[in-house]
Amino acid sequence: MARIELKNIAKSYGTVEVLRNIDLDIQDGEFVVLVGPSGCGKSTLLRMIAGLEPITSGAFEIDGKRMNDVRPRDRDIAMVFQSYALYPHMDVARNMGFSMEIRRDAAEMRKSRVAEAGKTLGLSKLLRRLPKELSGGQRQRVAMGRAIIRDPRAFLFDEPLSNLDAALRVEMRLEIARLHQKLKATMIYVTHDQVEALTLADRIVVLDSGDIQQVGSPLDLYERPANKFVAQFIGSPTMNVVPVSAASGGVILADGTFLALPHLDDTGLAVELGIRPEHIDVVDPDADALAAVADVVEHLGSDTNIYALVEGLGPIMVRVHGNIPAKPGDRLGLRIQAPNAHVFSADGRTLQRDMTGAA
Amino acid sequence: MGFSQLKRPALVVGKYAAIVFYLVFALFPLYWLVKIAVTPDRLIYTDGTRLWPSEFTLSNFVAVLFQTDFLSYFSNSLIVSLGTAALTTLFAAGAGYAFSRFDFGGKKLIIAIMLITQMFPLLMIIAPIYKIIAGLGLLNSLTSLIIVYTAFNIPFATFLMQSFFDGIPKDLEEAAMMDGCSRFEALRKVILPLTLPGLGATLGFVFTAAWSELLFALMLISKNDTMTFPVGLLTFVSKFSVDWGQMMAAGVLALIPSCLFFIFIQRYLVQGLTSGAVKG
Repeated sequence: MARIELKNIAKSYGTVEVLRNIDLDIQDGEFVVLVGPSGCGKSTLLRMIAGLEPITSGAFEIDGKRMNDVRPRDRDIAMVFQSYALYPHMDVARNMGFSMEIRRDAAEMRKSRVAEAGKTLGLSKLLRRLPKELSGGQRQRVAMGRAIIRDPRAFLFDEPLSNLDAALRVEMRLEIARLHQKLKATMIYVTHDQVEALTLADRIVVLDSGDIQQVGSPLDLYERPANKFVAQFIGSPTMNVVPVSAASGGVILADGTFLALPHLDDTGLAVELGIRPEHIDVVDPDADALAAVADVVEHLGSDTNIYALVEGLGPIMVRVHGNIPAKPGDRLGLRIQAPNAHVFSADGRTLQRDMTGAA
Repeated sequence: MGFSQLKRPALVVGKYAAIVFYLVFALFPLYWLVKIAVTPDRLIYTDGTRLWPSEFTLSNFVAVLFQTDFLSYFSNSLIVSLGTAALTTLFAAGAGYAFSRFDFGGKKLIIAIMLITQMFPLLMIIAPIYKIIAGLGLLNSLTSLIIVYTAFNIPFATFLMQSFFDGIPKDLEEAAMMDGCSRFEALRKVILPLTLPGLGATLGFVFTAAWSELLFALMLISKNDTMTFPVGLLTFVSKFSVDWGQMMAAGVLALIPSCLFFIFIQRYLVQGLTSGAVKG
């Protein structure tokens, strides 16, 4: 098991800088998820940790030892690839036992470890099959089996679930969570799916265009996003952001409504207000609230999503718990839960909230 | 067979007719070769264009095998072709792998130069090649042919191998390296087994090219005991007559190694070895 430290890591291809100032201290046994839109550098960072991509500058350490120039085979890290990368000419058992074959471990030991991993992952009956005879989910399991068999210091996952269908993705997500509980190993997981990030991570690292935007626990990022990018990236459905003008003790919305934000120290620099769809209450259309008309209504059973058009403000999305009888064209009153609102300055930073503030 | 084909019999008939026409067109010369080879010499002209000789004989084959130097030509050709195929494939595989996987200075330049070598008509460089080989004291040796053929086949074979390596996902090697392989081990244990179809195709291509090459063999070899088969075939043409029957019989025999070779490698050519490696 291992503690992994990245100190001021940067990566450039020629003159193009793809990652800069990456500082990250990953504790032994921690599950860290790197998340961000495509092209943010998250996969590159993972490949640098694996040793498949040279590190341009900075220090990469495992358990305090500098590993920048150590070959992948000597880092003792296992990786699960997005494409699975199973060896097509080897059967499942040989695929899983390949790392032990390379290390020249005793054949009996290899056999028993393969059998054990096969049992853990429900592959016992498929050990003699070739990869092409397996379904997508089974291939994914073999890829995971190949990683766990050798008991590495750390696991890397590169978008391992993105080729699976939705139901299988949920199942495998649980499987990975269980695996982490069982092995208690350091795991670094790359995804562009914020749901995977929120459900799996001890800590999430949000990356955008080569910079770390924020590092924190899933709830931290949800409740206290450091900037507008994180606020909109984490959470589903996406946070509503509307322009506002600053006022003393609160902000003024575009339709002239004053919204008191007593929990914020200073709203003087506010230019935008962010509010999550689940933090807006639907009230009587004649009440003292934002006047809106429902545009599209999605009934999900457990929740109702309403895409509303607010007078003088534009489109706002609202998520109400439970099933409410709204239809397109209905008049609605919307009331923002002020304590859950975020305000952003012109450069996208979140203006500091009072730490005692309600969540 | 697809459903839509069943519904349109005219289309099916047309398709097969086209294939049959092509096969007849392509294979008729071969048939004629065999026909002349089994026709007794005295009947070649009198039989005219009959599709099957009035009298069947294997005497031409017997004569070719035991009364001419055919076996010597044959084994010379075999040595040259196998040697060329092996050497070329070895170099081409190495170069193709490098072009496919590595970025290095001058890569584009080297590829451009290799392409340029393929643009010259061979006739233009025959004299310089002769001069070089003569200077090396290699005239009339099989080695000279192997060297020249290898040099000429490497560029195309390299491009061929490169495309085969390009078809193998990079992830596989990286997975192997994560599993503890060095790059070379990954190449040997994971990539090489998957490249067998490519190696087979390249071997076959180079083998046939070397097997039927006449121009350089004619120029660099003038002694009977180092003649390759295409040159040896010309010895059936004498000043006063052409021994058609024996020449055709020799031709038929010369087809055998090419056929065997392709039967041997065809299963590698058709196999989709990499299926199942990645998603899909």
